Amino acid sequence: MVQQEPGPGSDAILEVAGVDKSFAGVHALREVDFHLRPAEVHALIGENGAGKSTLIKVMTGVHRPDAGTVRLAGREREFRNPLEAQAAGISTIYQEVNLVPLMSVARNLFLGREPRRFGLVDTRRMNREAAEVLGRFGVRVDVTRPLRTLGLGAQQMVALARAVQVEARVVIMDEPTSSLEPKEVETLFSVIRGLKEQGIAVVYVSHRLDELYAVCDRVTVMRDGRVVHTGEIAGLERLKLVSLMLGREMSAVRDKGSTAFDSDSHELRDGQPALRAVDLTVRHRLHGVSVDVHPGEVVGLGGLLGAGRSETAKAIIGALATEQGSVEVEGRAMHRRSPASSIRAGVVMLPEDRKAEGVIPNLSVRENISLAALPRLSRAGLVSQAKQDEIVTFFMKRLRIKASGPDQKVGDLSGGNQQKVLLARWLCLNPKVLLLDEPTRGIDVGAKAEVQGLVDELARDGLGVLLISSDLEELIEGSDRVVILKDGRVVGHLAGDDVTEDGLLDALATAPESPDLAAAPEPPDPATTPESPDPAERPQPAEPAAQAAPAASTGPQPANPADPAGPAPGEPREHPAKESQS
Amino acid sequence: MTSTALQPAPTPSGAGSDERAARVPVRERVASQVQRHGALAVLVLVVAIASATSSTFPTWNNISSILGSNAFVWVLALGMTFVIITGGIDLSVGSMFALGGVLGAYGSRHGTWLAILLPLAVGAAWGSVQGLLIAKARMAPFIVTLVGLLGLRGLLQALTDEGATTYLVPAHSWFRHLGAGTWTPVLIVAALFALGALLLTRTRFGATLTAMGGNEHAARLMGLPVARAKVLVYLLSGTLAAGAGALGGARLGSGVTTIGVGYELTAIASVVIGGTLLTGGAGSIGGTVSGVLLLAVIHNLIDHYFSQYGSAFTDTVNGGFLAVVVLLQTLLSRTQQLE
Repeated sequence: MVQQEPGPGSDAILEVAGVDKSFAGVHALREVDFHLRPAEVHALIGENGAGKSTLIKVMTGVHRPDAGTVRLAGREREFRNPLEAQAAGISTIYQEVNLVPLMSVARNLFLGREPRRFGLVDTRRMNREAAEVLGRFGVRVDVTRPLRTLGLGAQQMVALARAVQVEARVVIMDEPTSSLEPKEVETLFSVIRGLKEQGIAVVYVSHRLDELYAVCDRVTVMRDGRVVHTGEIAGLERLKLVSLMLGREMSAVRDKGSTAFDSDSHELRDGQPALRAVDLTVRHRLHGVSVDVHPGEVVGLGGLLGAGRSETAKAIIGALATEQGSVEVEGRAMHRRSPASSIRAGVVMLPEDRKAEGVIPNLSVRENISLAALPRLSRAGLVSQAKQDEIVTFFMKRLRIKASGPDQKVGDLSGGNQQKVLLARWLCLNPKVLLLDEPTRGIDVGAKAEVQGLVDELARDGLGVLLISSDLEELIEGSDRVVILKDGRVVGHLAGDDVTEDGLLDALATAPESPDLAAAPEPPDPATTPESPDPAERPQPAEPAAQAAPAASTGPQPANPADPAGPAPGEPREHPAKESQS
Repeated sequence: MTSTALQPAPTPSGAGSDERAARVPVRERVASQVQRHGALAVLVLVVAIASATSSTFPTWNNISSILGSNAFVWVLALGMTFVIITGGIDLSVGSMFALGGVLGAYGSRHGTWLAILLPLAVGAAWGSVQGLLIAKARMAPFIVTLVGLLGLRGLLQALTDEGATTYLVPAHSWFRHLGAGTWTPVLIVAALFALGALLLTRTRFGATLTAMGGNEHAARLMGLPVARAKVLVYLLSGTLAAGAGALGGARLGSGVTTIGVGYELTAIASVVIGGTLLTGGAGSIGGTVSGVLLLAVIHNLIDHYFSQYGSAFTDTVNGGFLAVVVLLQTLLSRTQQLE
């Protein structure tokens, strides 16, 4: 085990060596080595699909490795299920609280281990001990109340208390802070430090870099199923960490051309954005995100996993309920957003998870394409077959969908062609704005290029496109502008010549954590300087910035200032919506 | 348990979780109380009104007929409470009740012990088969127990030559005493309910049932014996139903094959009226007691006031009442954000 730190591998409490794991041909883990020492907090990070969850599942007995070994305290173990791992001292706290919301707090803490007297549960003792234990975790509540009446943070603490109560030697925390308030995060950190003092090792999975630096000792970075780095976290530059995760060298400026995107920016058609989302706020996920997309423009949403990219798209179409925020389509405010009303307004979304949220594999290409357009194709409830065929054939040709014919089952098509079928489904509706969430994930290289080319074409035809992609190259080359998100906030904009990998990496690594620290340490440059002091502070000022930025790169500035829907900075949020309503 | 060894550093922000946790909206708290004790409140109200306005309702004759003739059927609701708390359903209990009566009457000709043990054994066996199919083969409880409903009815027909043979409990049999009068049935049933309440609230088994109804995935991850508890709960329900049927047979003095049709629905209604969530995870035996009593009193009043319309009318009111209760419960659950 040639790690760069001193000490032999045998001092590890948990040791994963040479683990391989594939699922149906997809190599999820390749020769993964992972060492966990007693009394250390070990960060495990990586982008989506890097293999961290698979690794955790191997360690906790959910999956069994195809090759390689898992050793606990020097002994080779093969856990057949999570219970065995738990019994051996590996406790896991999952991202979503895995407790029983309707039962009392004390019950949840002691389920399966209740103190008993004469064979009956000793409720009084259970409640007393529960209050005692939870008090040490900063949760001081009436333990007889149902768990669900507690805040999410307190619930997470109960889960944590439960996890470490079973003689744990290793505690694995999978994004434990994703539902915590800042104060609760502090409590969690002090609990973690307490665990450390007792010699318990902690594996800490999180996407929030600041947290890693605050609480972790070492870090393991995974990418594409491999461990790409293990080492002390102190002294590791953030920029280095981010580039390790994304697999991009800090200063590797690449030639354009490896993606199918046309390198020219699209021409901006008119001043009014096709889509304008203002101040979208979803508890714990989004904090005042504003984005606008002009006709004929591809706007990229950049950010690490968990930054709130998909959430932004879902909030726009109303698939995610927002606490605040408004959406306008071509200047008209959308009230009561829902996926259906968004489709009617001309905003459609290609979801990230094709299988679960998109295609219906058992239906034919024809049916899949015409599904959303059926109401328009039918007269008096009857669907005109001829019209349907005409449209389906048109799109099959236009999008170059490779199928034996309109009657082939979509499930039999390749991933890329399935994606195109989905695209065709929405294009039948003549949308104004297309939200693409990871449009090329999991499809082969050739199809990827075709989808990218199509996106380009569509934008040239006047469609506004919001592109979410974890493929940095795709994002950079496909987008005219990039809005950078971090922890649910807009932390930067790239436009024109600044749309480069370096610019994006820089913004990701150095973007301030909270809006108060908004003095963005980005190098000043002509396109973004006027806006950079407060891109995240208020959503309103960020908007003129977004409009002005592309204009700077495309020449003559369209009639931005005259834009009727453009809110003046500082105006109340709801105002523009109300205006356009009347 | 290392709880005492655990000393996370003193927490700087303990109060944080308190404050947030302390805020349970009044609306939700009221809804929760109504959910749990609504049946009892309505029961008290109905009894009070009926006693004040009717001269026949508050008589010993009437009360003893409400209690004595229904008590054994209520045991079905006891078993059903356990099943529904796990998030399941048991449609076979009505047929099992009838089969238990016939088996009891059949057994009583060979001795009281057989009269009791034969139905219990058959109920337990059938219940565990249902439980195994649900827990191990992962079949839907609705389907498995619907098969039970039809299959047991068929078995009953076969045993009695399609109803042509009636097994009578011998007049001198001690078995008859178990079902006679008002007090014996009421005491037996009350004891069963008390044991059931103890089982549900004060044992690990009971906690497992509630936990798996509330979040089965979490219960599994917590290491609770979910599959075993599932088998046991259907075993329990089947045993209780067959036993109750046997006692019912003792009361009637014979195994009546036409009895028990639709009893499973009345049992489900009583449980739901008693505040147990149809989706599982929350409920109480006390609530079910209120539920069965409320339904019994209402049926009694309907029979009393609307007897000229016949029993078809009773069933219609029964259904309407259930619809209203389920609607109410849905609204209450929504207020409490249980969904």
